[in-house]
Amino acid sequence: MSMPNLHLAVALDGAGWAPDAWREPDARPAELFTARYWIDLIAEAEAGKLDFVTIEDALGVQSDDPAQVQGRLDAVLIASRVAPLTRHIGLVPTATVTHTEPFHISKAIATLDYVSRGRAGWRVQLSPKAGEAAHFGRRQVSIDTQASIQDLFDEAADYVEVVRRLWDSWEDDAEIRDAATGRFIDRDKLHYINFEGRFFSVKGPSITPRPPQGQPVVTALAHNDIPYRFAEKSADVVYVTPKDAADARHIVDQVKVRHVFADLVVFLEPVRSAAVLSDARVFTGTPAQLADLLLAWQEAGITGFRLRPGRLPSDLRGITRGLVPELQRRGVFRTQYEPGTLRDRLGLPRPANRYAAEGASVA
Amino acid sequence: MPKQIHLAAHFPGVNNTTVWSDPAAGSHIEFDSFVKLAQTAERARFDFFFLAEGLRLREQGGQIYDLDVVGRPDTFTVLAALAAVTEHLGLAGTINSTFNEPYEVARQFASLDHLSGGRAAWNVVTSWDAFTGENFRRGGFLAESDRYSRATQALETAKELYDSWPADAIAADKASGVFLRHPDAGTFRHTDQHFDISGRFNVPRSPQGGPVILQAGDSDAGREFAAATADAIFSRHGTLEDGQKFYTDVKDRLAKYGRERDSLKVLPAATFVLGDTDNDAQEKARVVRRQQVSGATAIKFLEQLWNRDLSAYDPEGPLPEIDPDVSDDHIARGRASVRMHRDPIATANEWRQKAEAEKLSIRDLIIEVTGRQTFIGSATTIAESINHLVQSDASDGFILVPHVTPGGLDEFAGTVVPLLQEKGVFRTEYEGSTLRENLGLAPR
Repeated sequence: MSMPNLHLAVALDGAGWAPDAWREPDARPAELFTARYWIDLIAEAEAGKLDFVTIEDALGVQSDDPAQVQGRLDAVLIASRVAPLTRHIGLVPTATVTHTEPFHISKAIATLDYVSRGRAGWRVQLSPKAGEAAHFGRRQVSIDTQASIQDLFDEAADYVEVVRRLWDSWEDDAEIRDAATGRFIDRDKLHYINFEGRFFSVKGPSITPRPPQGQPVVTALAHNDIPYRFAEKSADVVYVTPKDAADARHIVDQVKVRHVFADLVVFLEPVRSAAVLSDARVFTGTPAQLADLLLAWQEAGITGFRLRPGRLPSDLRGITRGLVPELQRRGVFRTQYEPGTLRDRLGLPRPANRYAAEGASVA
Repeated sequence: MPKQIHLAAHFPGVNNTTVWSDPAAGSHIEFDSFVKLAQTAERARFDFFFLAEGLRLREQGGQIYDLDVVGRPDTFTVLAALAAVTEHLGLAGTINSTFNEPYEVARQFASLDHLSGGRAAWNVVTSWDAFTGENFRRGGFLAESDRYSRATQALETAKELYDSWPADAIAADKASGVFLRHPDAGTFRHTDQHFDISGRFNVPRSPQGGPVILQAGDSDAGREFAAATADAIFSRHGTLEDGQKFYTDVKDRLAKYGRERDSLKVLPAATFVLGDTDNDAQEKARVVRRQQVSGATAIKFLEQLWNRDLSAYDPEGPLPEIDPDVSDDHIARGRASVRMHRDPIATANEWRQKAEAEKLSIRDLIIEVTGRQTFIGSATTIAESINHLVQSDASDGFILVPHVTPGGLDEFAGTVVPLLQEKGVFRTEYEGSTLRENLGLAPR
């Protein structure tokens, strides 16, 4: 086999990425806010042996148009709700960094890693919207200038740094339960992170011990230079939006992240509607045509794909029951899950604890 | 018809009640432990499962406290996962109102309520200390006097957000193309001393119309807050006389807010030790108390009152003759127990007199003064005692705190619960599908 197996994720959002997807015959728009809906979708993705799912989220409504889906549940909690009912698929909820607390997100994603036994990731999202800032009433957010955009991303980078330090703030073997001395932990293996940055400071250590993966998988969507630099500093997986194979090659040259996943909005036949305004390229066609495109882009250096089903559940089924068998026939996609964590699946080693390493170098 | 008892299970927590050194003690972090305790509680038809929260590791003498269980997973995340492995059990979590913003915490609880089919409950607590604040970007702290005003306003704001979606807002009518029947669903504006926010809430009305509200404060302000806003109060008053006094006090406060006496459930926390006979249980309780209070733990407890390093003292010896240091600089940080002693010198004198009169060592004394075991006895004794307290209006039920994770509720579920069911004072099947219904509360 000339090419390594490709990685495949799906991005789940409401009834799908098309604004009118909820009106499709097999759409379940009245169930978008039930656990059953998300369990069924993610079970379908797992039956397709996909690497992971991402779950969209935001701190505001999607639109003001009563003809479109409005409202959504907290993505971290959806992922957690589904975790005990799945065994293999990675669970990557979106969580916003602009108005939230790194201490809370750190323990939430760490805990998702515990309840899923090593399958947690996180899609880091910024909120540049004035409307979302008004939901918190604590600050104004501006993206009027390059400097203000840079500030938002610098803040996000500090946020991820804090979260990662908190994940490392307990060494893996900190819990000792030494009945002889009465000590539950070896406190020398817990570390204050003492983060002091331009935007905030956080003391640590975390309340939650280091999660099973050590560091859950951090992912981010990026469209141009400032976010590319952010992704290089902060993410294990970056989602990018190439127009074609040449553009994909160009992007791969620009962004140095272990995994560069291309985003595509996907409508698999039968296509009734493909009316969607998108940052990512919109694909419409057959599973075989999509497989051709993926392999061509893989040739250009893309290591994986995050497919955004235009309509749920129909285009998700098109992926799991059409595209996946096609890729399996071509020998470029797994036919069964190997045991292991999400990091294992992505070929990312379990990272050494930065503080344990520090201690060792001092010793 | 006798009053029906409400029971909840508290996952053993980060304090010396929890015995981690017992060979039966499992993980306090691994999800299996939470599943085991929650499923036991559900099989026993308990009202809800309760999870506490911590936002800064406790310290003593400038070091992380290491003698008790340290560390816990995230409250929301565990409760959402437990919704997958239970069907009826309420899922209650402590979430601090100081270090969370109303929009975010309201959408997390509304999400949990949707994802659990109407089983969410919020134990609203407050913090005000800069010590905890050091872990948060909002940093700083509240004046202690402001903490309930922030909690009250945070809760009011959350309720406004829940009510901003009419129950029938979502039409999802494929034929007409109308998704939202009320295009302005979620619109809100809230301005008060602590919050100035506006926009649109993005979670539709949840099955319970918002989580059940629990409250745990015991001060006058805390009781008033509970009377005004809570559905259940988590008290420390579990004995007959003390319980009745507390029960009457908080229920009397309800009328002022136009509320019925039954609209606020009083649920004291209670530990228990079961034995084949009462004598057997007493003997077991003595063993448990010694597991809970080692010599090292006794010295650390004493240091919290004395506000001094007492590591040179022998836990099996007499109390220190030196007086507590009453300067503000507390030796212990992040510990609720420290704040319980408003006059340390008076408490120290009481403890010395008690130790002398009863010939108690430091460890014996700490075992005595920190003892919280409400129920010790055979299953019959405990069932009768619980029922008596509830029928005498000392409480509406109990939040049980087992001392071992995760099997600490097994014996209670297997022996005491059936006796209560035989008496007709505890359900044999869940009455409703939501926690609010099971607690006998009016819909909101």
